[in-house]
Amino acid sequence: MESHFHLIEPLLPRVRKPLQYVGGEVGSVVKPWGEDASTVRWALMYPDAYEVGLPNQGVQILYEVLNEQPDTIAERTYAVLPDLEALMREHGVPQLTVDAHRPVGAFDVLGVSFATELGYTNLLTALDLAGIPLHAADRDDRHPLVLAGGHAAFNPEPVADFIDAAVLGDGEEIVTAVTEVVRGWKRDGRPGGRDELLGRLAAGGGVYVPRFYDVSYAEDGTVAAVVPNRAGVPGRVHKHTVSDLDAWPYPAKPLVPLAETVHERYSVEIFRGCTRGCRFCQAGMITRPVRERSITTVGAMVDTGLEASGLAEVGLLSLSSADHSEIGEIATDLADRYEGTNTSLSLPSTRVDAFNVTLADELARNGRRSGLTFAPEGGSERMRKVINKMVTSDDLIRTVTTAYASGWRHVKLYFMCGLPTETDEDVLEIADLARQVIRAGREASGRRDIRCTVSIGGFVPKPHTPFQWAAQLDHEGTDARLRRLRDELRRDRDYAKAIGLRYHDGKPGIVEGLLSRGDRRVGAVIEQVWRDGARFDGWSEHFSYDVWANAAQTALAPWGIDLDWYTTRERHHDEVLPWDHLDSGLDKQWLWDDWQDALDAADGHDVADVEDCRWNPCYFCGVCPTLGSSIETGPTGQRLLPLAPVAGAASGGSR
Amino acid sequence: MSKPAPHPQRPVVARLRVRYAKRGRMRFASARDFQRSLERALRRAHVPVAYTQGFSPHPRISYAPAVPTGVASEAEYVEIALQQAVTPDELAAALDAALPDGFDVVSVIEAQGPSLGERVSGPGTGSVWRIRFDGVAATELDAAVTAVMALHSWTRERTTKSGHTQIDVRTALISASVVESDHNEPDCAILQAVVRHGTPSVRPDDVLAVLRDVAGLDPPVPPVATRLAQGPLDEKSGAVLDPLS
Repeated sequence: MESHFHLIEPLLPRVRKPLQYVGGEVGSVVKPWGEDASTVRWALMYPDAYEVGLPNQGVQILYEVLNEQPDTIAERTYAVLPDLEALMREHGVPQLTVDAHRPVGAFDVLGVSFATELGYTNLLTALDLAGIPLHAADRDDRHPLVLAGGHAAFNPEPVADFIDAAVLGDGEEIVTAVTEVVRGWKRDGRPGGRDELLGRLAAGGGVYVPRFYDVSYAEDGTVAAVVPNRAGVPGRVHKHTVSDLDAWPYPAKPLVPLAETVHERYSVEIFRGCTRGCRFCQAGMITRPVRERSITTVGAMVDTGLEASGLAEVGLLSLSSADHSEIGEIATDLADRYEGTNTSLSLPSTRVDAFNVTLADELARNGRRSGLTFAPEGGSERMRKVINKMVTSDDLIRTVTTAYASGWRHVKLYFMCGLPTETDEDVLEIADLARQVIRAGREASGRRDIRCTVSIGGFVPKPHTPFQWAAQLDHEGTDARLRRLRDELRRDRDYAKAIGLRYHDGKPGIVEGLLSRGDRRVGAVIEQVWRDGARFDGWSEHFSYDVWANAAQTALAPWGIDLDWYTTRERHHDEVLPWDHLDSGLDKQWLWDDWQDALDAADGHDVADVEDCRWNPCYFCGVCPTLGSSIETGPTGQRLLPLAPVAGAASGGSR
Repeated sequence: MSKPAPHPQRPVVARLRVRYAKRGRMRFASARDFQRSLERALRRAHVPVAYTQGFSPHPRISYAPAVPTGVASEAEYVEIALQQAVTPDELAAALDAALPDGFDVVSVIEAQGPSLGERVSGPGTGSVWRIRFDGVAATELDAAVTAVMALHSWTRERTTKSGHTQIDVRTALISASVVESDHNEPDCAILQAVVRHGTPSVRPDDVLAVLRDVAGLDPPVPPVATRLAQGPLDEKSGAVLDPLS
């Protein structure tokens, strides 16, 4: 399969940011197409533009893991922006990979990583441009297997019509297992066609094939049952968990973006999973248990990653980076190692405590102390009890005081709006908190020019969380509440200028809510909005609420349900949830009990906090026994030694 | 508690001037795209680049005005300040190996004489452009060029950072002629033009605009432009000299 770059090249002078389509990045790989029967070829897609998709860790990891395998090819493809899409349609150019510009339709597997549900319409564009039928049912042996992964794949039901299969959880191990099943089927001469291939994949319960499960609906519109429709397919499909992160030190040869992207840094995941128990947080629920990467592996990855990429910034990623058992040593040792090399280190942790400030101080030892971010999430003490975020106002004030006192000039605070049982007063307390933050900051720093930015996101209930039963606040309610907060913040002139407010209107959150907790009937809505021109729904300049609302009305009416039914309706205990057959390891009854605890806390009852099981006894969420996994944390007691000074080819002057 | 002093940067001990090419698909890189790639290549190659002082140090690299996005070049220039001496040959080899394919080092010399900006884009400098027109016959291009060169002046409006500017495309054109295409490039016509730099400078899209508006030349696919040279301009001969010599 030769390069089709010549087809796209004449179009590039006519589009925005053409460099994103040319490939050739440091870290990219082009392998020969290989013998058909023995080679397995993956096209990996991140369904957003290159600038968002390239930094994605999941895609970078799988790209490298797959390309290290013999007779396995992985290339990348991203969503093309509407200007290029129009030209590709006009000139009949298919969706291509960026690596070797091979047509996506010629690959064996199209793997799509859904970090967010708002990428669904972009998948349809790619399928259509690739010449792959939109509906899995219409595909035959010539077409790639469309395989979804990423956090949104924990409820892939809204895209069940469009994907052939989905995989839940960590991809490092299952991606190779899938490859070998595909290879075996190809070597056997593709017996039984696509159906048999999917059957082989589904057999172990590690790959979800929607077509092998029938969904029936009750009279009230809820799901009645989801049952396998053929022998040999298990009733539930389980998620995948990699237990030893040190055995998977990827990305080792990071992709270095040529066109500018949203994150221009080398990121190392220092641990995976989180058991802080925040009830709104899907990531924290579906990635359990916590598995740490050791300090020595982190150190080695930073070293090789920077050497291979030439990037000047390192991000130490995780869901709550300050919680690593040896984070203090990691911060100090990396800061020592890279002192004087003009390498910046960052820890995107938002935990509200003074230790976090100490870490940030250490990492920014030689750099500018611009902004620090903390996430109290709930505006009032009551809300924070409801969401199980164990932070008091005093904790926050103490923490920001430390930050301003040690030279940080700008503190960013993250909150959510629309949490279960929330009232206007809970959100208005954010204003009071922000003023206290500024007052404490002015005192601690002795300056008037310190700032605080309040960022608010609309809460969207997510599957596999204690809030999966909750009613979402409608967009009118969200907007009204945020308007009141804005007015409240403007009221006091002494503070108004020191406090910034960042928020979005509530409409995109409603569409995200529909897609997050939707079932297979939502597929018709997605297809309709896509036919009506919806693209890049995560981008405010492309998103249209009206297109979604109209399509939802038309497509859902035959079922007697609507957009509100999916979003602002609270679910009851006995309701079959569309994702109940997808096993994240979490015990549904435990989630329900936790939801009831949240409601009790909301009513002012004294409910015990759910503590972190890393430092407290197990509270039986169900993940470890169900999946045979266990908490993997240090400390290891190891330290990072200084790196030997590098005598590079071009630094010969002083030798 | 007060903010600690930033790490002191080592002083500049040498400056090297680099001529590089932007070829093939890398012509779609913007000036900023190239800058990021260069900085990362220098780090991968362990070139001891000097940094500015302060809380957000950045590498001391001066860039001569770059060709626009979508335009290729055989003659782009940067000057790199070093905190430790490196020979031009060492830098050329290490940097060329580290840069992505399509960004290629052509030559490196020690900085000397007038500033790089003056040598490359200051008063009295110019560029040689080669523009390939696929699907256009040489005779058709020749007629269009003849019509344009017969004019004394032809201005067009250009939007710049500071607003709208009138730019006289014809006056800046020192010469323009249709040249032989080589056997690798059949079915195309090639224009070679020498343009005097100005503020702002005439770019290939300005040349295409004058060919279109004056002579009705409407190529079926976007022409590919390449800067072949830039530097001091000999007005008499129309030759563009090497700014590094």
